[in-house]
Amino acid sequence: MGIPVSECLLKLMAEGYTLDDYRGDIPPRWCTGCGDNGILAAVQRLCRDEQLPPERTVFVSGIGCSSRFPHYMNAYGFHGLHGRALPVAEGVKLRRPDLHVFVSTGDGDCCSIGAAHWIHAIRYNMDMTVLMHDNQIYGLTKKQASPTSPRGVKSNTTPRGTYLDPLNPLSVTLGVANVSFVAQAADWIPELLYDIISEAYHHKGFSFVRILQRCPEFMPHQFDPWVQNPDKMLLLTHEKGVQLSAGLSKVYRKQEAHDPGDLHRAREIASLSEQIPVGILYRDSDVPCYEDVRMVDRLHTPDVIKGVLEEEFDKFTIWPSE
Amino acid sequence: MDRQTLKEPRQEQVRRARVAKPKAVSTRKTGQRRGPRAAPKQAVTLKEHVVEIVSDSGEGAQRCGQSFGSVAARMGNGIWTVEIIPAEIQPPARSIAGASGNRIRVASERVTNGGDEADLVVAFNEQVLLGRYRAKELKPGCVILLEDKWRTDPDADIAVSYAHVYDELVAEGYKVHEIPMESECVKYVPDPRRGKNMFVLGLLCSIYSLDLEMAREQIRFVFRKKDAKVIDLNLELLEAGHDWAEENLDIKYAIPASKPKDPQIVMNGNTALALGVLASGMEVCAMYPITPATSASHYLSDIFERVGCVVHQAEDEIAACAFAIGASYAGKCAVTITSGPGLSLKQEGIGLAVMSEIPLVVVDVQRGGPSTGQPTKAEQGDLLSACFGGHGDAPKVVMAASTIEDCFYSVIMARKIAETFNMVVMVLTDASLATAQQPFPRPDFNEQWLAPPIDQSAVPEGASPYDWDPRTGLAPRFIPGQPNGMHCLTGLAHDRLSHVAYDPEINQEGIRNRSLKLATFQKTLKAPAIFGDEDGDLLIVGWGSTKGAIEEAVERLRADGKRVSSLHLKFLQPMPSGMKDMFRRFDKVMTVENTWSDSLDSEVFDEDSRRYAGLALLLRARFLVDVDCWGEVKGQSIKPGKIVRAVLERLP
Repeated sequence: MGIPVSECLLKLMAEGYTLDDYRGDIPPRWCTGCGDNGILAAVQRLCRDEQLPPERTVFVSGIGCSSRFPHYMNAYGFHGLHGRALPVAEGVKLRRPDLHVFVSTGDGDCCSIGAAHWIHAIRYNMDMTVLMHDNQIYGLTKKQASPTSPRGVKSNTTPRGTYLDPLNPLSVTLGVANVSFVAQAADWIPELLYDIISEAYHHKGFSFVRILQRCPEFMPHQFDPWVQNPDKMLLLTHEKGVQLSAGLSKVYRKQEAHDPGDLHRAREIASLSEQIPVGILYRDSDVPCYEDVRMVDRLHTPDVIKGVLEEEFDKFTIWPSE
Repeated sequence: MDRQTLKEPRQEQVRRARVAKPKAVSTRKTGQRRGPRAAPKQAVTLKEHVVEIVSDSGEGAQRCGQSFGSVAARMGNGIWTVEIIPAEIQPPARSIAGASGNRIRVASERVTNGGDEADLVVAFNEQVLLGRYRAKELKPGCVILLEDKWRTDPDADIAVSYAHVYDELVAEGYKVHEIPMESECVKYVPDPRRGKNMFVLGLLCSIYSLDLEMAREQIRFVFRKKDAKVIDLNLELLEAGHDWAEENLDIKYAIPASKPKDPQIVMNGNTALALGVLASGMEVCAMYPITPATSASHYLSDIFERVGCVVHQAEDEIAACAFAIGASYAGKCAVTITSGPGLSLKQEGIGLAVMSEIPLVVVDVQRGGPSTGQPTKAEQGDLLSACFGGHGDAPKVVMAASTIEDCFYSVIMARKIAETFNMVVMVLTDASLATAQQPFPRPDFNEQWLAPPIDQSAVPEGASPYDWDPRTGLAPRFIPGQPNGMHCLTGLAHDRLSHVAYDPEINQEGIRNRSLKLATFQKTLKAPAIFGDEDGDLLIVGWGSTKGAIEEAVERLRADGKRVSSLHLKFLQPMPSGMKDMFRRFDKVMTVENTWSDSLDSEVFDEDSRRYAGLALLLRARFLVDVDCWGEVKGQSIKPGKIVRAVLERLP
């Protein structure tokens, strides 16, 4: 049509969303150096790049440091109950497929108090992007062991060290029926963090991203061996996954060309103990989404409702009997 | 150990059974089967009767009872049916606790409750009969129709047990008629376990002078999904039962019907509840299976998709509540349906909805508690947990359905209140309403029942999501999708902008406004009408499913010259104005509730230690009136006769 390019550009300048449009009206109150700040930056960038209308974007969270996330976005936010972000997000999405739904949760929120919902959310496979901020410790309540704390971590509830091996969120997710997207990112590789969140956003279904996130307050050295030695990281690359920039490739030399369609290898990668894999472990775009499965092609209008009510009343009418 | 006995040890009964013969004349061998028709019997005209049909699970007593009730209702009789449900799906055969069946109160006029003990019982074996006898569900001297095949059972224990129960009941004055159900049915069906029930329906049609053609229609309706052979067979059984009774039984009643003018529908409370959800315009029901609430969701699952809506069976009660909250937040007001234990689990979510002012409808089909309690039995024990079960100050509306019809309209009203005031509305029903059936006028669809389409227009720039109105406490509701309405809803204390409140004044302001909102809603309530005179010696106050029984008790007491009235509350929180003035006009005020309250029958239950029933406690606290209470927790609806007795004890 006859709109000159210059006008289009002008329109874009005038109406396009900028990063500022996604910043909430209060500044983040996470600790200095907290990995959550980097996740927020990546998500705001994504919203800008995808030009998501803030009024059609909903950030749902539970309780914990991670779950303060929606307060720092300019969008619709829902900062609800500890562990219950996922069922709230499901309720939002079911009848409002027009909304972009993001969930911010943490290792305690998702893998402990909300574990039941997590398992079932994977199975429902509703279209939402789930960012699981995993700092391997309870931060907001001041340092208690979480289900992902490595064995031996000393905390206020485990002064002599934790007793059990940690739960592996990747293996768990990959073990549930209908799993459709599993990725892992690390806050100290922001470029990939963005790419992975972007892939998660573009996947239609339940996109689960575990983000290893440093807690400078309570676990300041937890990820040091990996941060300091890039060779301990394993970057997953693939034409169907994320690709690495030349710069990243130079720093992170351990790479594996992993096809996200390979569930078996994904499970092996998830179980690596020494190396931390970063990238897309698994993707299956063919898993149906619950909101689509449950979508009925019937109108919800007064006429239709009246019609069904009358039909049902007919069945129960005893007098007059005919 | 005592499966076989009424009272005495087993050795004793074996000894007695061996020597004893039936003490009373039974109808067992009277009459000739299919013989010439006896002269028409003179029917005794009755105002009403309570009929019970009990069998082992799977023998069809429930279907028989429901059909009997339906036929009577179609003839224009008032009916109220109550399911007799064993706790297990397949309880052992011939067990006292396994009685399964139906109790039908049939009357000339409309009835509002299940009535008192049974006037006539049909039992498929003596053990289920014994179960009902021990539960004191039989009127002294009532008519019993008992399957006689057990008398000659090859298992001596069974034969002994049967003979013994028979003898005892006859000795106690019950009019026991032995009916050869099996030997009659076996003429038509190879497995009489499947078919006796329609034979019994035929018996009852004869006894109660019901229109056989209507019974035939009922059978055709009940078996409409089966092939013609099945229908014909059941019709044959019906007629065989009818003819057998005509020829062999000397019992004939007539309960004249008074046909209502308006079209009537008959259903149970859970079905009415589900239809109410559909009629309210709500689009989402999130639930988790729990007895006795689930059947509402079963039915809703069946019909809801036809209006484009969804029943979501969540992974647990907590998720069901959170899911409903999410849907409501996104503009589609939702309902979650549960029972007591589920309500406890939902309380944190309910608190969130209160705090963040998300409309939400929560239905609690109460059952016996605490803990797993009595899942299939009726109780009204959740009133206080509905009002105050969450932590912190969480004002919400609590209302109760008092009839089956009311289950339908309550949900519609609850949705409206929830969305008008952005509040949580709890609707209490209970197991007795859930499974009881009663006819009520067919509702006239009203478009006003439905929720309006969700608002997606832009919010005025600068508007705040919690802009509490200083007079009413009401705030707008910003729904995702509305431009300029972006804010982060939170369960933390928050200010008008929904920012986390660190200022103590702001917390105080938020709590005040949520309370103000409930008070504003209270101003919309009409005072309930007193049933009976406006003053007198005693006022009974009730709520929920006890309405019919209380009012019937009041009628009986008043007919007896007692100055008793009653007041029934639909809204328990907040309560309407004007009640204190009503209380003043009576010498005594008491509640009747189907829940526990201490009676002063022990040294340690005294005025200092006595625990009151929920409503009594609420009334005492609010009105500073010395409200007494009476109730029981026997897992069933309170009978009008028992209320009469409890009231008489309290009258001068």
